[in-house]
Amino acid sequence: MAGREKMVFVTVGTTKFDALVEAVSSPSIRRQLESLGFTRLVLQIGRGQYEPESFIKPNFRMDVYRFKDSIADDIKGASLIISHAGAGSVLESLGAKKPLVVVINEHLMGNHQIELAYKLYTEGHLLYCTPSELLKTLQDLDVSKLKPFPPGQPEKFAAYVDQFFGLS
Amino acid sequence: MGQKSANMATSIVNENVRWVSLMCCSIAAIVVLILLRLYFTLKNVGKCSLPSEAKEPLKTMVIMGSGGHTTEMLRLLSGMSNMYSPRVYIIADTDKMSQEKVFRFEQEKNSKEGKEILCNGPGTCIPLCAAGLTMTFLGLKRVYLIYVESICRVLSLSLSGKILYHLADKMFVQWPELQKMYPKTLYIDRIV
Repeated sequence: MAGREKMVFVTVGTTKFDALVEAVSSPSIRRQLESLGFTRLVLQIGRGQYEPESFIKPNFRMDVYRFKDSIADDIKGASLIISHAGAGSVLESLGAKKPLVVVINEHLMGNHQIELAYKLYTEGHLLYCTPSELLKTLQDLDVSKLKPFPPGQPEKFAAYVDQFFGLS
Repeated sequence: MGQKSANMATSIVNENVRWVSLMCCSIAAIVVLILLRLYFTLKNVGKCSLPSEAKEPLKTMVIMGSGGHTTEMLRLLSGMSNMYSPRVYIIADTDKMSQEKVFRFEQEKNSKEGKEILCNGPGTCIPLCAAGLTMTFLGLKRVYLIYVESICRVLSLSLSGKILYHLADKMFVQWPELQKMYPKTLYIDRIV
């Protein structure tokens, strides 16, 4: 079973994002995930009030937790990531080359955090929707259309600074 | 009688006038000196005054933001040589995760130079930069400020970025459209 496990990881970071947690734990989205071949949902719910219960069923299992020291392993193990718009989660997911759906918290509209997710969406690196559009987004999901996000080039920064200080 | 007191009053007035004008002159002189110093300090922003033959390590202070910014900062540092040492890190004392990441990073970098980690409240960037600028202004030590705007900033500079826009020696942004809005910034590709 573990070998054939296909996991979707949902993360809200340190925020409170009940609308997303409610949406992904709803039966309609779970059915959609199952039809996409997922067998496991790992749900990181942060400071949210709504706390669904973990369960194990023959073909599907859901694990819920609030925080962990590092979500790196969950990101690594996932075949799809559904995340809030926080830059940390977004960059970590894209850095791990995982297909990513960013769900925006409409209560945080105007927050500059959304800027980055929106920009990466317009450049085709991720999908972007509100909690109510999530089901539709998953129904239309075509991860082959997502463009990889190349890693940044800190060596260019180092070279520039070296040159500035006359070290190169 | 009336004549005498009038004379005395005149001489007191004269005395006061002399004092006031002397004070005005000294204040003006000090203001001119300060402005000159300020002018030269600002004129040298963005210029390196290190002698080109002296390749000594540069003591570097790394001011970490909280959370996601730590990852960005460590990615930036990963490309830099050990010429930038010793490195002093400023981390919020509540930010245990960043501290952990910095320790791991320094271990991997295997640096021989001793490192120092200072803890402080969040939002330390501006006061520390102000301290650096003050040292430069007073001629105690030329402190260079390099500011890298977070990759999160696509359409506008952060408040710290806006404050340091004219004061940092080099300011990097990570999106070309942001560079166009702030012509003094540098865009040399995405660097984190």
